[in-house]
Amino acid sequence: MVRGGAQRKQVFDAGAQSTVEAQLQAWLLAGLDGDARAYRQFLDELTKRLRAFVRRRLFDMQDHAEDIVQETLLAVHNARLTYRRDQPVTAWIYAIARYKLMDFLRARMRHEALNDSLNDSLDHAADLFEESDEDASDARRDVAVLLAGLPERQRRPIEMVKLEGLSVAETATRTGMSESAVKVGVHRGLKALAARMRGER
Amino acid sequence: MKTDDLVALLATGAGPVDAHAVEKRFGLALALGLSGAALLMLVLLGVRRDLATVAMTGMFWLKLAFPATVIGATLSVTMRLARPGRRAGAGWLLSAAACAALWIAAGAALLAAPATLRPHMLLGDTWRVCTLCVTMLSVPAFCAVFWALRGLAPTRPRQAGAAAGLLAGAQGLLVYCLHCPETTLPFWAVWYVLGMLAPCALGAALGRVWLRW
Repeated sequence: MVRGGAQRKQVFDAGAQSTVEAQLQAWLLAGLDGDARAYRQFLDELTKRLRAFVRRRLFDMQDHAEDIVQETLLAVHNARLTYRRDQPVTAWIYAIARYKLMDFLRARMRHEALNDSLNDSLDHAADLFEESDEDASDARRDVAVLLAGLPERQRRPIEMVKLEGLSVAETATRTGMSESAVKVGVHRGLKALAARMRGER
Repeated sequence: MKTDDLVALLATGAGPVDAHAVEKRFGLALALGLSGAALLMLVLLGVRRDLATVAMTGMFWLKLAFPATVIGATLSVTMRLARPGRRAGAGWLLSAAACAALWIAAGAALLAAPATLRPHMLLGDTWRVCTLCVTMLSVPAFCAVFWALRGLAPTRPRQAGAAAGLLAGAQGLLVYCLHCPETTLPFWAVWYVLGMLAPCALGAALGRVWLRW
């Protein structure tokens, strides 16, 4: 096992670590209190750092990096109620990112062990001729497609609240659902989306 | 969908979060687990008839203190493990200490007793059913605690599952103590502990499957 502290430093550049921590925490705390703009800033900054973190650890699987970044972002969002306000944000995020990365690598190892090694090496050979540099920032899996596959009572609240930016009350009147059903739909939908992301690896 | 679009989606309409959501979730799970166990005990086993008299004795409260301590300790562990980036803390140690104290006291009681009494001190009248009953009474708590954990984010699923199982076992035991007529320390040290360890082992085994997120 690698010590958490040493690794955490690599995620969040050692020199600027304390300022990064303070900034991320300020945004996250404001976000948890309902400030959507601060929360957006938190997620934007987090995305950049996650991307670097994941890319550095994936070696020859760079084309999966963006998928894992997206999966981790959704995981952070779904787990945001587990953040303790007196805890370093970086420690909390590191634990989530590490969990998601390990989960991906374990699934990947099982997958490779099950597949024919000849096919596998041919796949790797083909990889050499792909332009991986620019593709690397594209996700292989389309979250929009996964979203479209959710059951209606989860998909519609997510589309209306999260994509069209309607309020919960507006969504409730338009769909004929109760306000709490809309909230539950969004919440369960995002959980189901996370489960589908895992299944699509 | 591009990552930026996903970020926009997540941030849009993300309302405030209850700062005590985790505590409330576990409070509810505890209430459900204990009342479920009490209901099962009342319907299937019944309260011991002499409860009013034994409630006056120190031994009865000592008996309750053991599962109560384990509940407190494992509740702390489970709640900590439900949050990414937190270590289990001292709860495991406290549970082990409670167990060790019980074993030492039981050993001393056995040594002090005449040899002919020892088998009965260990086996009591109910050793055949005790462990099974404790495990059975812990089923509602087991479901409730796993429900609580599944909505959170345990990054060490096996350890969190074990803690959840032990927490459920201790709740089952606490309620079982209101039925169980056994009064000797050696009996508690063996059968009560086994009754708590069974859900603990089950929780560890199921943790990897049920607690993935």
